[in-house]
Amino acid sequence: MSPVVRATGVRMSYGDVQVLNGVDFEVAAGEVSCVIGPSGSGKSTFLRCLNGLEPVLGGSLRVLGEEVGHTLRDGRYHPWSPKEYAAFRKNIGMVFQRFNLFAHHSAQENVACGPVHVLGTPKDQAGKLALELLDRVGLADHAHKRPHQLSGGQQQRVAIARALAMNPALMLFDEPTSALDPELVDEVLEVMRDLAADGMTMVVVTHEIAFAREVGDRLTFFADGVVVEQGRPAELLANPAHERTRAFLSSVRGPGAPEAALRSDA
Amino acid sequence: MRTEPIAGPSGAMIPVARTRHWGRVLSAVAALAIFGWLLFLIVVNPRLDWSAVATYLFNERILAGVWVTVELSVLATILGLVLGVVIAIMRLAHNPVLSRLATLYIWFFRGTPVLVQLIFWYNLAFLFPALIIKIPFTSIGLMWDTNQVMTGFTAAMLGLGLNLAAYFAETVRAGIQAVDTGQSEAAYALGMTPAKRMRVIVLPQALRIIIPPTGNEFISMLKTTSLVYVVAGHDLMTNASQIYKTNNMIMELLIVASLWYLLLTTVATFLQGRLERRFGSDAVRLVRRGGVAAKVLPKVPA
Ligand SMILES: Nc1ncnc2c1ncn2[C@@H]1O[C@H](COP(=O)(O)OP(=O)(O)OP(=O)(O)O)[C@@H](O)[C@H]1O
Ligand SMILES: [Mg+2]
Repeated sequence: MSPVVRATGVRMSYGDVQVLNGVDFEVAAGEVSCVIGPSGSGKSTFLRCLNGLEPVLGGSLRVLGEEVGHTLRDGRYHPWSPKEYAAFRKNIGMVFQRFNLFAHHSAQENVACGPVHVLGTPKDQAGKLALELLDRVGLADHAHKRPHQLSGGQQQRVAIARALAMNPALMLFDEPTSALDPELVDEVLEVMRDLAADGMTMVVVTHEIAFAREVGDRLTFFADGVVVEQGRPAELLANPAHERTRAFLSSVRGPGAPEAALRSDA
Repeated sequence: MRTEPIAGPSGAMIPVARTRHWGRVLSAVAALAIFGWLLFLIVVNPRLDWSAVATYLFNERILAGVWVTVELSVLATILGLVLGVVIAIMRLAHNPVLSRLATLYIWFFRGTPVLVQLIFWYNLAFLFPALIIKIPFTSIGLMWDTNQVMTGFTAAMLGLGLNLAAYFAETVRAGIQAVDTGQSEAAYALGMTPAKRMRVIVLPQALRIIIPPTGNEFISMLKTTSLVYVVAGHDLMTNASQIYKTNNMIMELLIVASLWYLLLTTVATFLQGRLERRFGSDAVRLVRRGGVAAKVLPKVPA
C-alpha cells in the first residue's frame, strides 16, 4: 500500500527566508507520526504544506495519492484552482494551536459547519452527527455554547470534533496542547489517544514528549527546515544519534534530567 | 462622598463637613440663564406664529414628506450597505483590476460633494435621453424615457446610496480585516473555497463588527436626505420649503421640519442602542486585540 504522505526534498520559503530545505518524510496508513523540533525549525510550515495551506516551492509532496498543488495532465503539472485545493482539503482534518473555532457559531454549529457547507449534508442530519461527535469528545452537554464560553481544553476538543465531522483520511495537529493551561492538556491528549487507537492516520507536531513516546509510531526531529533524524520514539528518545537532537531533548526535559523523570502519567 | 462621622483622636465621633462646590453652582446658573434667555427670545418672538407651527406639524403634505424621508433613508441605506459590501470585497480581491476599480469608486464618490452627485443623477437625461436594455445586434429590448425614470426620488436614492456605499465600503473592509486570519485558515482546512469562506465564516463575523456603527450611518442619512430638496424629491424638507415659498412662513416651517427630524433621529438612536446591545459585545470580542481595525473602527460599548 502506498504511503499516505511521501515528501521528498520538499522546499519552501517566505520571500527570501528559506524555511524548508529539502524535507524527506513518510507516513503510512494508520500511523501516528510525531514531530518535534526547536521553535522556528519549520514544523508548522511543513504541516501547512501537507494540506496545501502553504505552497510547496520545490521537491515533491504526495498526500493521499496526489501531488499537492498540481495535477499531471497531458505531460504537464497544472497548478490547482482554489476549487481543487478545497476538494483536496476535504479529506484532511487540521487542528490548530489556537483552536480557531468559528467565533459566531455554537460548538454544535462548528462541528456541523463542514458537513453542511462543504459536503452538502442536510442540516438536521449534520446536527445529529455533530452531537454524536461532541459526545465522543466528552462535550455533549456543551453543544449550544459558543467558543468564548468554553475552556481552552474544551475548545480544542470541539476543534477535533469539527475536523472529524468531515470523516478525514488524515489528521494534522499543530501543537494542539501548547496554548492550554497545564491541567487541561490531558483531556485533549486523551481524545487524541482514542483517535490513534481507532486507527486514524495522524501527524502530530508536539512538545509532549511522553505522548510521543507512548502513542507515536514514529518520531521525527526537525531543525532548520530539515529532518535531522527519525525513528521509533522510544529508541530515538533513549539514544539520539545527533548532537542537535540530544541538545534539544535536554532543553525540553531540563538539563541532566534522566528519561525516567519525564511525565509518565500522560 | 463620605457622610458618616469619623472617630477622632480622642475617640469621639466627629462629623464630616459638607464641601460646597461654589464654582459648579455658579457656572450652572450662568449657563441656564443664557440658555433661558435665548429660548425666551425665540418663544415670545412676536414675529413667530406658534399656532401656525401647530397647524402645519400635522399638515398632509408635511406628513407625506416625513414618509418619503423615511422611505428614502431606508432605501438609500440598504443600497449603500449592499453595494458597500460588494465594493469592499472587490477592494480586497487579489485581482488588481477589481481592486483598483473599487479604489477609484471610493476615491470618486468620497471626493465629490453629495449635492453635486444628486443634481448629476437628476439631470442624467442630458447625457442619455433614453435608457435602453437591448440584446446586442438585435432589435429586441426595452426602452424608457430617462426623465420618467429619474424622478427626484430615484435620483435621490441613487445619489445618497452610491455615496454611502463609498464610505461604507471602507468600514466593511476594516471589519473584514478585523476578523482573525485563523478563522479563514480553519475554513480552508475544512475544504471551503475562498468565496464560501467569505460568505459563511468571514462576512457574518465582519458584519457583527460593522453593524453597531451602521446605525450612525442611518441617523446621518435621515438628515442628509434634506439635500434632496434641490431635486424636488418630495421629502420632508422639499415639502416644507414648497409650503413656505407660497406663504412665507419660513421660520415656522423650518421649526416643523426640525421637530420631525428630531423625532426621527431620536427613534433611530433608540433603535441603534438596541442594535449595539445585540451585537456590541460580539463586536468587541471578534475584533482582534491591538490590530489595525481595533483603532479604525468606532468604539462600541461592551
Ligand atoms: N507568514 C510568514 N511570513 C514570513 N516568515 C514566516 C511566516 N511564518 C513563519 N515564518 C518563519 O518561518 C520559520 C518557520 O516557522 P514555523 O512556524 O514553521 O516554525 P515552527 O517549527 O512551527 O516553530 P514553533 O515551534 O515556534 O511553532 C520561522 O523562522 C518563522 O519566522
Ligand atoms: Mg509552529
